[in-house]
Amino acid sequence: MSAAVVSGHGRGGSVALVVLAAAALGVVAAPPARAAEAHDAALIARGEQLYVLKACAACHGPNVGPAPGRQLPGTAGLRKRYGTAKPAVLAERTDLDAAYVKLIVRKGLNFMPYFRKTEVSDADLEAIAAYLARNTQAH
Amino acid sequence: MKVLPPGVKPADFEAALGEFRAAIGADWVFSADEDVELYRDQFSPSWGEEDERRASAAVAPASVEEVQAIVRIANRHRIPLFPISTGRNFGYGGPAPNLSGTVVIDLKRMNRVIEVDDKRHFCIVEPGVSYLDLYRHIQERGLKVWIDCPDPGWGSPVGNALDHGVGYTPGIHRDHFGAHCGMEVVLANGEVMRTGMGAMPGSKTWGEYRYGYGPYVDGLFAQGNFGIVTKMGFWLMPEPEAYLTSTVTVPRHDDLHALIEEMNYLEHVGVCGDPSYASPMGRYQRDPELVAMWKKPGRASAQELDAFAASKGLPSWSARLQFYGSAAGIAADFDYAKARLRARIPAAQFTPAETIRFPASDAEKDRFDRKVAIGVPSLEVFTGMALADAAGHVYFTSVIPKSAEAVFEAQRVYSDVYDEAGVQFSGLAGVGPYSLPATWAYHTFIFRMPLPTFHDDVAANRKVRGIIHKLVEVAAAHGWGEYRTPAMFQDAVAKAYSFNNNALLHFCEQIKDAVDPNGILAPGRGGVWPKRFRKERK
Repeated sequence: MSAAVVSGHGRGGSVALVVLAAAALGVVAAPPARAAEAHDAALIARGEQLYVLKACAACHGPNVGPAPGRQLPGTAGLRKRYGTAKPAVLAERTDLDAAYVKLIVRKGLNFMPYFRKTEVSDADLEAIAAYLARNTQAH
Repeated sequence: MKVLPPGVKPADFEAALGEFRAAIGADWVFSADEDVELYRDQFSPSWGEEDERRASAAVAPASVEEVQAIVRIANRHRIPLFPISTGRNFGYGGPAPNLSGTVVIDLKRMNRVIEVDDKRHFCIVEPGVSYLDLYRHIQERGLKVWIDCPDPGWGSPVGNALDHGVGYTPGIHRDHFGAHCGMEVVLANGEVMRTGMGAMPGSKTWGEYRYGYGPYVDGLFAQGNFGIVTKMGFWLMPEPEAYLTSTVTVPRHDDLHALIEEMNYLEHVGVCGDPSYASPMGRYQRDPELVAMWKKPGRASAQELDAFAASKGLPSWSARLQFYGSAAGIAADFDYAKARLRARIPAAQFTPAETIRFPASDAEKDRFDRKVAIGVPSLEVFTGMALADAAGHVYFTSVIPKSAEAVFEAQRVYSDVYDEAGVQFSGLAGVGPYSLPATWAYHTFIFRMPLPTFHDDVAANRKVRGIIHKLVEVAAAHGWGEYRTPAMFQDAVAKAYSFNNNALLHFCEQIKDAVDPNGILAPGRGGVWPKRFRKERK
């Protein structure tokens, strides 16, 4: 399974669409764009909090402690998978697509289990996905 | 394709779902395939096979009243329910029910920390609270109590205790059911019952005195199916002034006898915590020379193993000395423990003491390599498993005596089973001359044996199932029983407790039939089947 399986718009894509739509309607583009950005910023900030509260960071955070090789499980698994080609700490990635994040949370991947909707609701997942995709350029 | 509970007609099932939706809201009744899939046991040793235990739907109440409403509806339509707390009992069944077609009652939304008292040292929590949540709640408020947690911090104190889960801090605290104090239970008829002091309206000691008055029934709700627990109290350990640890190593194979006897004494007299045995030689369990020595008839002798350890320049065994209390007191306790151990094993070596004083910052706790020993939950234990090429694992975990004789016997007996089955040492499996029991349970040993499970290898899963059934049988022949097991092995494990023609199981099933005549609560859990479904016993 890879990111290419799922297509979707990154955050930048959504903002661009709002701007284009506003321009097409002949209205001033700036206010809706700012509103969309503010909405995105709030969503990302919420996602960052949930990333900790929902235990994502407990597996995917940076390494802990001084002991050699003491990596958190998600970080260790991604290092094994990608080597040095991509950051092993998930929140540092710049290529994550929100739709892909949502798919993995609901389907699991390798040793990572899926999460039920009582654990991570669809709305919470939207925010977590926005947070993880925040550094991804639109494509 | 949805599997309905045995004997339940589709129309009755649909009617029940409709009533569940009316009672708790359609958003919290999951019946679409993609949602019900999330209730599969990711670690199932029968993934994708007919025998995989699959839910038909899930309901997620937010309150005790909603749990009651669900139970009453289920009774009317004779729909079996399987309660889960956080659903993360991986290796022991995850969120999946015993009986396929059962509706999971997912208590994750009931996630209130009702009370934490750091003067009288207890808490009362709902099932959806995780160890990570409870720890965060305590830290955010600066409360001076510790929790005891198992390795995976996303589990539920309630759910874990109800499967006799275990942890790492001293004594009673790491026996999670043993440390519980009072519970609230929704019974099969929809009534709410409280046990212990909670049974008295206005009681002020729910979290302090567990027995109340009269028969003590709490044990029925652990590894059983007599009610749905909606609140539990737990005793908590006060934050100590300091923690001190050192690792003791002993050179010879047969030093394990004295090491265990001394550690038993030091632990049971209240001086030391969890001894966490290990072997510096464990890394050689896959070494061809050692494997050959171990597989020969009669297996390796103590002298041969000593020569092998000497050739590697390593001691045979280690134990953790762990002390909790006043800084001055535990330093003196460490001296006392060293003196006792040296008197029995003159060649014992001790690493320098490492001390943490509390309160400690997160950074200080992070530097320590065994956070569970100081009551800090995490998911770090999964790192090794995340690197293994498996979807998950199941545990075979038998209770053996707290002695070196028993350890050595278990190594040999279980190696015979593994050799016959052709199990090779891997990241997730293997038994050898340096395998040691877990010390999770305060007053006994649990010989833990993980086996990998797969999503894409039916033959490997079948082999694992066969091995576990064989292990249950061989263990019982040696007087060893399992403390906990995934759903598909619960009948076999319960049957092995067969004193006087399974009198214990028969007693439980008599109670089951009396208090749950429609057999709606977790049929099969703990090997206890209601009359209606008794033919489903495997």
